[in-house]
Amino acid sequence: MEHVLGSIGQQVLRALAAVGRVTMYAFLVFAHVLRPPFYLREFKNALFQVGWLSLPVVGLTAIFTGGALVLQIYAGGARFNAEAVVPQIVAIGMVRELGPVLVGLMIAARVTSSIAAEIATMKVTEQIDALITLSTHPFKYLFVPRVLAGLITVPLLVGVGDIIGIFGGHLVATQSLGFNSVTYLQSSYNILETRDVVSSLVKGCVFGGIATLMGCYYGQNSGRGAQGVGRATKGSVEAAAVLILGANFVLTSLFFSV
Amino acid sequence: MIELEQVYKAFGNNRVLRGMTLRVPKGTSTVIIGGSGTGKSVVLKCIIGLLAVDHGRITVDGSDVTVGDRDAFLARFGMLFQGGALFDSMPVWQNVAFRLLLGSQKLSQADAREVAIEKLRRVGLTPDVAHKFPAELSGGMQKRVGLARTIAADPEIIFFDEPTTGLDPIMAGVINDLIREIVVEIGATAMTITHDMSSVRAIADTVAMLHNGVVQWTGPVQDLNNSGDPCVEQFISGSVDGPIEAIR
Repeated sequence: MEHVLGSIGQQVLRALAAVGRVTMYAFLVFAHVLRPPFYLREFKNALFQVGWLSLPVVGLTAIFTGGALVLQIYAGGARFNAEAVVPQIVAIGMVRELGPVLVGLMIAARVTSSIAAEIATMKVTEQIDALITLSTHPFKYLFVPRVLAGLITVPLLVGVGDIIGIFGGHLVATQSLGFNSVTYLQSSYNILETRDVVSSLVKGCVFGGIATLMGCYYGQNSGRGAQGVGRATKGSVEAAAVLILGANFVLTSLFFSV
Repeated sequence: MIELEQVYKAFGNNRVLRGMTLRVPKGTSTVIIGGSGTGKSVVLKCIIGLLAVDHGRITVDGSDVTVGDRDAFLARFGMLFQGGALFDSMPVWQNVAFRLLLGSQKLSQADAREVAIEKLRRVGLTPDVAHKFPAELSGGMQKRVGLARTIAADPEIIFFDEPTTGLDPIMAGVINDLIREIVVEIGATAMTITHDMSSVRAIADTVAMLHNGVVQWTGPVQDLNNSGDPCVEQFISGSVDGPIEAIR
């Protein structure tokens, strides 16, 4: 029994230490945001990589999710003769929860893994050491542009994902389930409150920060060799996904708890 | 003058440097030799500040390396890494001109490209290489690009970490000659880490043998064959038997 408790205690301490390290790391990154030099070209490149190139995967995820949601809610609602509320539930579901969470998870899969693998490879091949010897701080050159790009572009991606998701639902509802197009869109629009949209964008911002930060953190702390890069990539995606889901719960509680 | 006084560095239980002391006079070329895992690269990384020492003092021209303006300190250095450490996301000319573009000089793209092409020529590469990416180059060409990047800002102090590793003997000879010529040409203080004895003889003014975390022997390269030190003799001869433990 003592052994089991000791082992649990060790795990808890290890987890707390990891939280402390990540928090310190986040503070360091944000401290560097405020101090020059700023690498505009790197920032633009990060905006393109994180934001623009994620659009296709975000769009496809949102459109299929919106379509599936309509089918599910319609089937469920039919049991209570509540088919008419499909547009409202889809709109609220997409904007409040599914949009931000799915976009966040897709970003974790696409961007976090890519950042972690790139930075870990740079570490393993001494490119980060080379940066330092060339008088360039890796926090400013590598990490700040990526994290800032995540904070700025992911809320925009969430906004786009929300809209595409609602239109995906609209497409299925009008083409397969006989809903009137104008009524559907009007109902979707009317049900949404400012708070819904703000919560969605705030979630996007937080998830973008988490996703990019985890990529940078795990990349920079990767072990040696191909195995080290692989572990860093896997760890970054796992951590980002879990933190995104945890943060989603906290943010939902803050925005919508009665 | 680079001076290391009683420098200690450990990684967990692995005590790599155990009171290392070494003096590298200005304008000379010192080569550090020693078995694998003896901490030769660690020495360079401690001097340049990539690693913090546990104990001891490192000074460059009398100034402690941990004190003062870090950017100004680093601007005096150039370092050629073992694997080249070229940035694979940018073309060769941007690699070479990296410090000129982003450092305190902030040259325009056109000027920086011109300097980069000139440095590439200096290391024997033609201008058409400038727009290629590092992955498109052979190992020898990558080393040359790394060398061009190292000397791009005319550093006072240059570190070479295993400059000929992975190269065939002829290409290694070419790189050794280039290093020697360039170091003399710009009057830099050079420190090189290598296992390659032909490199040692081509590059060094002074040789330091690192063993068990301390400098076991140091002297002019001409004395290498008559060092009288069993470690040095074993290292030069490549013998398995001797004070340096060979892991079989």
